Amino acid sequence: MTIDQKQDEIIQDFELFDDWMEKYEYIIQLGKDLPMIHEQYKTDENLIKGCQSRVWLHADYKDGKLFFTADSDALITKGLVSMVVQVLSEHTPQEIADANIYFVNKIGLQSHLSPTRSNGLLSMLKQMKMYSVAYLSKTLQ
Amino acid sequence: MFNDTVSISAGLDIQKIREDFPILQTTVFGHPLVYFDNAATTQKPLTVLNAMDEYYKEYNSNVHRGVHFLSQKATDAFEVARRKVQAYINAKHEHEVIITKGTTESINLVASSFGKRFIKPGDSIIISGMEHHSNIVPWQIMCEDRGATLKVIPINSKGELLMDEFDALLDDTVKLVAVTFVSNALGTVNPVKEIIEKAHAFDIPVLIDAAQAIQHIGIDVQFLDVDFLAFSGHKMYGPTGVGVLYGKEKWLNEMPPYQGGGEMIKNVSFEKSTYNILPYKFEAGTPNVTEVIGLGVAIDYINDIGLDTIREREHGLINYTISGLQTIDELRFIGEAKERASAVSFLVGNHHPFDVGEILDKQGIAVRTGHHCTQPLMDLFGIPGTVRASFAFYNTEEEIDKLVKGVKKAVMLLG
Repeated sequence: MTIDQKQDEIIQDFELFDDWMEKYEYIIQLGKDLPMIHEQYKTDENLIKGCQSRVWLHADYKDGKLFFTADSDALITKGLVSMVVQVLSEHTPQEIADANIYFVNKIGLQSHLSPTRSNGLLSMLKQMKMYSVAYLSKTLQ
Repeated sequence: MFNDTVSISAGLDIQKIREDFPILQTTVFGHPLVYFDNAATTQKPLTVLNAMDEYYKEYNSNVHRGVHFLSQKATDAFEVARRKVQAYINAKHEHEVIITKGTTESINLVASSFGKRFIKPGDSIIISGMEHHSNIVPWQIMCEDRGATLKVIPINSKGELLMDEFDALLDDTVKLVAVTFVSNALGTVNPVKEIIEKAHAFDIPVLIDAAQAIQHIGIDVQFLDVDFLAFSGHKMYGPTGVGVLYGKEKWLNEMPPYQGGGEMIKNVSFEKSTYNILPYKFEAGTPNVTEVIGLGVAIDYINDIGLDTIREREHGLINYTISGLQTIDELRFIGEAKERASAVSFLVGNHHPFDVGEILDKQGIAVRTGHHCTQPLMDLFGIPGTVRASFAFYNTEEEIDKLVKGVKKAVMLLG
């Protein structure tokens, strides 16, 4: 599946929800369910410090693709983080560098991408893009 | 015991008062707005909004320098507002009331100008463990600049200052004590009168950060004998961008100007400039005229209701909140000082305050989450932050019931 196909699937899933409570229940459940990151990677080095909640991000590069794992100390952020990880993981650095993440806005959680909210999600997205650009320049060498 | 709405109305017609604040009729996500973020900023009554509008529509003009009619009218309105501030805090002289951008600028002004004049290497400044970043960082900058040390009064687990420790910190090296009247994160009311008396026994001047007190507690600077008092207009039903630094004449006269520019000078030549008298020496540049006028009207509004009535009403609201939130098993209060005002801070189970705040927001309830610009204080409690509900007299018991229900819903959702 392409990055956009994955995003469209998430948007479709969210259309099934009648109200915000169901939506949040789903996001919170995602946050709880997913084993996100190996404890060994939950280091200060991998910490993206937001003002409100913290996000840890780790990237592996295998067979020309990037694999992300991440975690957050706030559940709603963690649920969103897990969706972003699912969308961008297992893609080439070029695909990730080119990706436009639109699903967060479409499912009505745009406030999480507002710089004033500074909850780590936006910084995590930036960090993922930076990883992809870093690997891209490596592969081009 | 707090169910009787009459007993905590403090004789106010709350519904009528709410009509004075247009924003309180707003709906958020389909719910009537419940605004519990008053410690961050309070809402503004119509009289304030109208007065500011009127200035721009009818007599917008620069103050203090024009000979023309409008400038005179604007200057009069501006100076009337200064005198309202003077009366509100019972300052001896109106020139002891310096208009600033807000509490932060007021504190920075003292840190910079007092620092330059009075602080030498080896000196020290005392602050407390519950200060807002704006009453920490300006002193750190100044201490670094002057080679001085910052000392901190510790607090107990309830969020109260350890006054014995304060006594132990007072010595000849201390040149200023700067503490908050009311903690923005915990709602603790500090014994500022006692702090000032103790510091004065060593001839040490005291700055009180009154950002969270000025709208809740009557402050008489002469009774307190405080040397500097800093507060903001926007936390007392006035506009943003205006604040006050009260300073005793004897200190302000000794201190060099904070910023240079128009208004603050007597004579300027390329060789040397001489400075204007108080308060203008500290008011470089065109001031926020409309905001100052708005602040004056906000003070009128507070005076019309009466600070004693406000205090009684808000006390009732805080007690009602505490008794309501206490019914939630997993909830724990952060800060349980005996004397408190303004705010109730709490955490629920192990849930991140951000999650709780977001679910409350979806129900139209505005609270503040996070460290409240008091990171050292949060570190002391070993927490990332709290959920803070902070009150104004226009809040209602029904709104508090919604908060309690909203927190229960958050607990249910977050599991």
